[in-house]
Amino acid sequence: MQFVQNVPFFSIMISMFSGIVSSVLPEKAAKRLNAVMIIIVNIMSLWLLYFFLTADVKSYTFMMGHFPAPWGNEIRAGVLEAGMAWFVSVVMLLSLLGGRKKLFDEVEETKHNIYYILANLLLSSLLALIYTNDLFTAYVFVEINTIAACGLIMIRQNGRTIEAAVRYMIMSLLGSGLLLLGICMLYDLTGHLLMSNIQEQVAIIMQTGTYRVPMLVTIGIMTVGLAIKSALFPFHSWLPDAYGYSTVSSAAILSSLVSKGYIFLLIKLFYRVIGFEYIADSHILNVLFAFGLCGMIFGSVSAIWENDIRRMIAFSSVAQIGYIYMGFGLGTEAGMVASIFHILAHGATKALLFIAAIGLTDVSAGSRKFIDITGAAYRNKIAGVGFMIGSFSMVGMPIFAGFISKFLYAEAAVNAISWRMFPTLIVLAISTILNTIYFLKTVLRIYIPEKPEVEQEKGFFCRTWKEQKLYTVTILLFIGLNLILGLNSEPIIQLIKMGLANFK
Amino acid sequence: MSRPISEEEYKKKLLNRVHLWIRGEADPYTDNIETKELHDNTPNEEVLERHQEDREQVIKDVFDTENNKFYKLFFRFYKVASVMCCVVLVTLLVITASYLPPKGDPTNPVNNEVAAKYIEDGMQDTGAVNIVTGMILDYRAFDTFGESNVLFVATCTVLILMRDDKKKAQKNTVEKKQYEPKADSILQQITAVLFPIIVIFGIYVILNGHLSPGGGFSGGAIIGAGLILYTNTYGFKKTQEFFTEKTYKWVSFCALSFYCLAKSYSFYTGAHHLESGIPLGTAGDIISSGLILPLNICVGMVVACTMYAFYTLFKKGGF
Repeated sequence: MQFVQNVPFFSIMISMFSGIVSSVLPEKAAKRLNAVMIIIVNIMSLWLLYFFLTADVKSYTFMMGHFPAPWGNEIRAGVLEAGMAWFVSVVMLLSLLGGRKKLFDEVEETKHNIYYILANLLLSSLLALIYTNDLFTAYVFVEINTIAACGLIMIRQNGRTIEAAVRYMIMSLLGSGLLLLGICMLYDLTGHLLMSNIQEQVAIIMQTGTYRVPMLVTIGIMTVGLAIKSALFPFHSWLPDAYGYSTVSSAAILSSLVSKGYIFLLIKLFYRVIGFEYIADSHILNVLFAFGLCGMIFGSVSAIWENDIRRMIAFSSVAQIGYIYMGFGLGTEAGMVASIFHILAHGATKALLFIAAIGLTDVSAGSRKFIDITGAAYRNKIAGVGFMIGSFSMVGMPIFAGFISKFLYAEAAVNAISWRMFPTLIVLAISTILNTIYFLKTVLRIYIPEKPEVEQEKGFFCRTWKEQKLYTVTILLFIGLNLILGLNSEPIIQLIKMGLANFK
Repeated sequence: MSRPISEEEYKKKLLNRVHLWIRGEADPYTDNIETKELHDNTPNEEVLERHQEDREQVIKDVFDTENNKFYKLFFRFYKVASVMCCVVLVTLLVITASYLPPKGDPTNPVNNEVAAKYIEDGMQDTGAVNIVTGMILDYRAFDTFGESNVLFVATCTVLILMRDDKKKAQKNTVEKKQYEPKADSILQQITAVLFPIIVIFGIYVILNGHLSPGGGFSGGAIIGAGLILYTNTYGFKKTQEFFTEKTYKWVSFCALSFYCLAKSYSFYTGAHHLESGIPLGTAGDIISSGLILPLNICVGMVVACTMYAFYTLFKKGGF
């Protein structure tokens, strides 16, 4: 075993350990430790990805302890896992950097280091969800993820965030409960918790046909549990408040990473635990497909009705999660690739939009109403550029990430050769138009100059890039990430395909 | 032979005093004890009615239900739909449960090589007589590390929600007094006997976690309960002499870091098939089974601190 193969283990442990250490550190040191830790995880994940691309090993398992897999714990790494780990750490770092100043304003100073504890543990749980090869380990880290996310929402304490956190907690625990029930039943049926062993047993069950009914229910409730946690359309009621009122770093992390962690677990469930051919045969994918399509339309319609820019971006997340589930629902490899690409594209773009929006509302005397952000792009130029590019990407303009994922969806739908092709294409077109309506409406509004006397009256002010260097750098890096995803899509898609092939 | 006695004499008799105490008319310790006046906390009808009115008012104001037919319909639909959802889910799960493998059948899928190895080789592999401890702290120690981090992150979240930093800054001593318990001498006498016993029992359960039923989680919960009893008896001021927020921070930091570092070492050596060099000792001794004993102590400390921290945070919003 080469030394680089320790990377998954190291990255999980380092992020956990830094979370523990942060509890006794002063606020500034915790901040620095957090940044350094994420950068280390980032570099290590890149190294692992490079290893996979150059070496013959395409995936391997790592024993956590002295006992081999079905008895001890095990983690597993492949191209897809390494790439996701890199992406998660990049978006996490940028989200925290971009919202750092806002965090300082909105959160009591004595609670700052708790914020970094939560962020570190959240990263570790995301990494563990990405790397784990054991369903029970996954459940434990889902718990950490849920509680930490709840803390991130309510650390900015006002009535709306407490209410949002309570909602999030209730819905999320319902999801966790269903997931746990599903894991228990799956254990009862197969006698294993390790993903690859479960798959062998599931294949036997499916062939002999003994426990067909409980198997179907198990897959169903696990899928529904994870769908609730990642805010698929009819279960999305907790989302707008949770993303709309929490502090901006939390909103960016929650929308770009936390929900994607659960979706990644769902992909694992489909590919590695049950086996994609059985999933495709069952009717669960049809349900996901229908809900995904509904989410794409209703999420966008709610976003159009919204008069609050942060909540509008939050509702847009509902639509984008709908896209991802619609890709699963196609039931083909191409649909899955498109969905995974969309996870990356949405993660990179949504965090950018949240962070750019906060720049726009800050220079508009903190108001988030549309009428007040008129001309905000002139008052804070870099935030305006960031918001514009984020919107273009979400709408699906070429050269940005969103275009590629929409293109991949259309391609996958045409190649699917089933009744799903026409609904997909039609809804994709409608949803794109709706996206364009609310995003470009906002972009136009922030680029319409406001009269100087109105600006003076309402207490608006200008902010140049020199006053917010860190923020500017963050926005530029986010734009860069978006362009990388948009312009170098071919190698990335190849990577995803390679990862999926080695995923089983 | 009984003889009639005067009423005054009768009042002094022990029997009468006991009788009165049982009837609740007099307290034999009235002079020595500070008793709290009981006041009726159960809401009477008037209060309930007012709450109901407030609720209706809020719904009426927020949703404008009189003029808004949509919300009227929605609330009716909501009640029906929530009951329907629960009924459907319950029926589904009950039906599924009837299809699951029968309980206790030796041919069930769960009775496979995994469970067999835990039972047969557990003692040689981990050195722990208690198979459950061997499983959670050695075979599947990574999961347990996650679990103790769940406790840690939960405390952090409660800290965010409950710790009142503004009050601390004002140093409002008058308000602090309301959290202090009344000095109840019965409670104090009994606690003086019980508290050491509880803590020693908790330590016993933790230290024998690998030998007998118990372990870090249960022993830690016992010690935490003891700490809560102590606080309720002697007050926060006295508890703060040995347990402050700093203590909590450092104890959980040390315990979790030790767990993290020790297990990282063990995972690393395990993954590379190296000898960890930690002797397992003879099974059945107190000092045996390698890392399990120190890890149990760590888990116990984290659990005890978490229990106490939850209690004090909910009670007064700080340590």
